[in-house]
Amino acid sequence: MSRARVLLVAFLAALALGPAFLPEFYVTLLNYIGLYSLVALGLVLLTGVGGLTSFGQAAFVGLGAYTTAYLSTAYALSPWLALFAGFALTGTVALFLGAITLRLSGHYLPLGTIAWGISLYYLFGNLEFLGGQTGKTGVPGLSLFGLPLDTGRKYYYLIWVLVIAALYSIQNLLNSRPGRAIRSLRGGGVMAESFGVDTAWLKIVIFVYAALLASLSGWLYAHLLRFVNPTPFSINAGIEYLFMVVIGGARFVWGAIVGAGLLTILKEWLQNLLPKIVGQAGEFETIVLGILLVLLLQRAREGVMPFFQRWLPPARWVEAPESAPALPQRARPKPGERILEARAARKQFGGLIAVNDLSFEMASGEILGLIGPNGAGKSTMFNLITGVLPLSGGEIHFRGERIDRLPSRQIGRRGIARTFQHVHIRPTMTVVENVAIGAHLRGRKGVVAAALHGERAEEATLLHEARRQIERVGLGEHLYDQAGSLALGQQRILEIARALCADPVLLLLDEPAAGLRYREKQALADLLRRLKGEGMSVLLVEHDMDFVMNLVDRLVVMDFGERIASGLPREIQTHPAVLEAYLGGVE
Amino acid sequence: MNLDIALLLTQDGLTNGAIYALLALALVLVFAVTRVIFVPQGEFVAYGALTLASLQLGKVPGTAWLLVVAGGVVVLLDGFIAVRERKLHRLPRVLFENLVFPVALLALTGWLAPQKPALWIQVALALALVVPLGPMLYRLAFQPLQNASVLVLLIVAVAVHFALTGLGLVFFGAEGSRTPAFSDARFDVGAMSVSGQSLFVIGASVALIVALYLFFEKTVYGKSLRATAVNRLGARLVGISATLAGRLTFTLAAAIGAVSGILVAPITTIYYDSGFLIGLKGFVAAIIGGLVSYPLAALGALLVGLLESFSSFWASAFKEVIVFTLIIPVLLWRSLRTHHLEEEEERE
Repeated sequence: MSRARVLLVAFLAALALGPAFLPEFYVTLLNYIGLYSLVALGLVLLTGVGGLTSFGQAAFVGLGAYTTAYLSTAYALSPWLALFAGFALTGTVALFLGAITLRLSGHYLPLGTIAWGISLYYLFGNLEFLGGQTGKTGVPGLSLFGLPLDTGRKYYYLIWVLVIAALYSIQNLLNSRPGRAIRSLRGGGVMAESFGVDTAWLKIVIFVYAALLASLSGWLYAHLLRFVNPTPFSINAGIEYLFMVVIGGARFVWGAIVGAGLLTILKEWLQNLLPKIVGQAGEFETIVLGILLVLLLQRAREGVMPFFQRWLPPARWVEAPESAPALPQRARPKPGERILEARAARKQFGGLIAVNDLSFEMASGEILGLIGPNGAGKSTMFNLITGVLPLSGGEIHFRGERIDRLPSRQIGRRGIARTFQHVHIRPTMTVVENVAIGAHLRGRKGVVAAALHGERAEEATLLHEARRQIERVGLGEHLYDQAGSLALGQQRILEIARALCADPVLLLLDEPAAGLRYREKQALADLLRRLKGEGMSVLLVEHDMDFVMNLVDRLVVMDFGERIASGLPREIQTHPAVLEAYLGGVE
Repeated sequence: MNLDIALLLTQDGLTNGAIYALLALALVLVFAVTRVIFVPQGEFVAYGALTLASLQLGKVPGTAWLLVVAGGVVVLLDGFIAVRERKLHRLPRVLFENLVFPVALLALTGWLAPQKPALWIQVALALALVVPLGPMLYRLAFQPLQNASVLVLLIVAVAVHFALTGLGLVFFGAEGSRTPAFSDARFDVGAMSVSGQSLFVIGASVALIVALYLFFEKTVYGKSLRATAVNRLGARLVGISATLAGRLTFTLAAAIGAVSGILVAPITTIYYDSGFLIGLKGFVAAIIGGLVSYPLAALGALLVGLLESFSSFWASAFKEVIVFTLIIPVLLWRSLRTHHLEEEEERE
């Protein structure tokens, strides 16, 4: 057994045996830590991994708690049915709030969550049928298969089984096809969208998932205390949930439990200690918590988990199998078929014309070089073809279909894959995981299957494909290295492997040879020739003229957004307009 | 509802709106220059109001002690850096600003407060006690994080809000305070009776907004803050220090907060934790302006003030629900206007 597994078994054993030895006070404390952990786990997924900060989770806890408190008292509904009613209500509210706020740029989301967090809190406190500020008493306890969970010790097991299940589901999810897409959300979305990930939808999915975990926590809370009032669902509670995640380490799934534990114990301790020092009663622990958090963010932004991790073996997220059934491949276009055509493509940024009525076409199986001095508009042209930027005028056709009005991910779906001038990789993910993002559209299992690990067969084929492409581009010895640890040139090659994983028929490469050594450039040229031999079309932006001239079939030369020349490499080398653009006018 | 009530509510709404407008301007300013979403802005409102209330009771407010303690920590940090970097010539200024001045102020307060001086002296003293907390706060919490992401800065701001609210409870207790009005005059304009206090608040807000406008248009410091807001790197290249800009901005924000608190204290009872909601209403206004537009933010503030006063008449229990739900259509409108993908990259 690996050391990680030994630690896990020891933790679970301690958790299972705990109530048999611990005094009542500590069982209660652990119950609360469990309830908070559920909310914090959702926040790790949402904030730590997805990059979406929410201060409003306490409101979702409140929705779960109040739904069951109301239904089980007013209508004597079974708490288990009320749980699903709570899920339905929370899910609907989260879907609505998410649809509105998740499209906003970074900092609007947290501000929005503060606003509806406060709104819902005041709503709980002012609705007559929810008992107003005094709250609702007489919430029934739970029983499971006829066994009443009437003591904290019994309830403990229900809470912690659910916590472990939530933790397991999130770890499974992160280690899967949709999980890799979720983990790439933080990169800004351009890369993920270009490989067919619907980032807007994924954000809503993780938002709703986090809200449902919060709702579950609220349901457990209501039946544990048998009483609800608005206070535990205030915006301050929402802020504390986020603090837990930051303290634990927002990027770490286990950080949720560590953070919830640390904050709960610290608060408990301070609540006893501080009033004695100050000499009056009040919530003085907020002073210490606030200062502590400022220091933590100044000194150790990753939270406390990295300190624990020193004693843990390094986690290897996924292993790509050496063999697996091959994925189906897209039908290749016939050699010589017109594959891409730009008709007077135009892009204006205010007064600047970055691409000025550029027209060109390329045939299937061709390697076309797009060259020109810096600022000529080459990368902008790439962004127009891949739908990252909308055109100001003109048309772009791919295999006879007009694509310039399609969103990026629809263009990716049609068989265009690209690399980026400034690499878009996830530095903390391994090389194989980064490359597997490219195969996103070649799998179809969703979030639920991933959370339950019902997609292992498909996952194996995707990871195997990633491995195959990595070995093909010559990064085989770096499969499990963190992508951020590669040299810049290797990161560019990684992007090519990722693009190949999408099974494209047209490959757009933006300066692939930059940062490569001579031998590596030769290997890259060989690879591109082999791809051409297999029927791949390649559009290439590159500054290394030796590399370009020996590789491409044809060239299009751009300057100031316009096409100044096109033709065979040796024609271009002596073309007067090209010489002037590169070297200045000849007097 | 008859016209009299409508006019009264409008007057109330505009008065509160004027305060929210001040806060919204401060929030937009702080965000533009330092990228900090300044959640603790509201605490300066509460500190300003409650410091004045303490002085009126002839007590030395806790903020006087906080200034000495916070200044002491700044002296330790900056003094250590000055010694380590062998730039001892910085020490006198550090010592004066953060130790001599706060201690002198504490002594002055201890001497003046029991004598219950005239109102304007109390106001001046309250401002002198609260405003320097702004730059100190910047130094301690935000300056070490100058290059952090907006989200990290936001979480720090929320943590600072937590700490300052807790300290407010220690200093001022759980009971609220209301200070006497600056003016008891009433003017009858047609059917409406206008209170002198409302006029005072609106007049002071307008005066402050004009002063800020002049500061940003006419002075070198104002222009350098604007330059930093437009382009931080560019501003640094022409010699505008980000640290100086940050401290100056926080001084202004603290001053605006404290003045707002002193203006609002005679109208509403202020508790140690009242600042948060007041500040957040400023936020709702600032978000209406997209956190960038000063005029839109000011208009948004008037809208928030009016909405609040009218909803307190019709559905007083749901006042906060209505005001904070306002943000949802605003966010919807903002999100419909954002079409393309965010190019903002977050590096790890």
